[in-house]
Amino acid sequence: MNQWKNFSKGFIKENPVFVLLLGMCPTLGVTSSAINGLGMGLATTFVLLMSNIVVSLIKSLIPDKVRIPSFIVIIAAFVTVVQLVMQAYLPALYKSLGLFIPLIVVNCIVLGRAEAFASKNNLLTAAVDGLGIGLGFSFALVLLGGIRELLGSGKLFNITIYSENYVTLLFVLAPGAFIVLGYLIALINQIKKD
Amino acid sequence: MNYLVIVIAAILVNNIVLMQFLGICPFLGVSKRLSTAIGMTGAVAFVMVLATIVTYLIQTAILNPFGLAYLQTIAFILVIASLVQLVEIILKKVSPALYQALGIFLPLITTNCAILGVAILTIQKEFNLLEGVVFAVSNAVGFGLALIIFAGIREHLELQNVPKGLKGTPIALIAAGILAMAFMGFSGLV
Repeated sequence: MNQWKNFSKGFIKENPVFVLLLGMCPTLGVTSSAINGLGMGLATTFVLLMSNIVVSLIKSLIPDKVRIPSFIVIIAAFVTVVQLVMQAYLPALYKSLGLFIPLIVVNCIVLGRAEAFASKNNLLTAAVDGLGIGLGFSFALVLLGGIRELLGSGKLFNITIYSENYVTLLFVLAPGAFIVLGYLIALINQIKKD
Repeated sequence: MNYLVIVIAAILVNNIVLMQFLGICPFLGVSKRLSTAIGMTGAVAFVMVLATIVTYLIQTAILNPFGLAYLQTIAFILVIASLVQLVEIILKKVSPALYQALGIFLPLITTNCAILGVAILTIQKEFNLLEGVVFAVSNAVGFGLALIIFAGIREHLELQNVPKGLKGTPIALIAAGILAMAFMGFSGLV
């Protein structure tokens, strides 16, 4: 039960995007379609899960003073793994996510979880936390990407929903990212207050 | 001419914050007051130019000749993290006044994706060192332009009567969206 709570907190209560406002750069940058959002979300989930596991395993070996640089090296290693695997097996997705794949290194969510959670908890709890927060992040990215794709190109996961004659192109461009995210956070604030 | 294109493209057309979504955290985090926005811009400009030069040299002198290009991400983030530490220590000794102005922003810069982003873009676009420096300076100016305009807008937003749910970050994001729309007017300039 406790582990379930630990897992599910990432979706709404401690959602990294909507509530904690972390990792905004990839959130805004890659969500021009639901598929891109999903790809980025899963890549980040993998890095988050693996870095949480490794940090939790070697937390007692790392001297306190160099813990942040050590965490960054661990995270960067897994980001490089994701980068190479994606380049080899999903070249189209790798191309459309572009710069934001190496930039997972500086995503504050990953370092934040390593520092605030994984370095203080046991292996299982840290792994569940990484998975939960990662999937919560993916959920936010898919939601944002889906809304922008639907409004901006009349499609959802590349399936045409309505004619392109009625789309508002603005939503797949840069301003649409800010505006849709702004209204989504406002909606969640409003729901939480009631 | 080539340099002019880089400058205009980086500042206006592909503005690093509003069009490329790099450095959104400081853009939202330190844009509540105009004075802190200016301080942050100074710190980012300083580190961005230094980091671009150092990472460029590392890429061309170490990673490429030894076939280690796949270590780019790890190498760059370590260099940037240690560079920020170094800048902090040197500034503290050499120029206490500048340290006072930029000091509190420096630790935040390690996780500013604009720095790593510009360093990687410089390599990806195959610039030479001088073009890289021009690119870094222009991106820093573009970052400062967006941040300072946005801080000005937010100082006014504070005084407005905003619906309850939209208060704080949501209304700031929507204002940023409208600002990005204004910057879209520059597309096609180069």
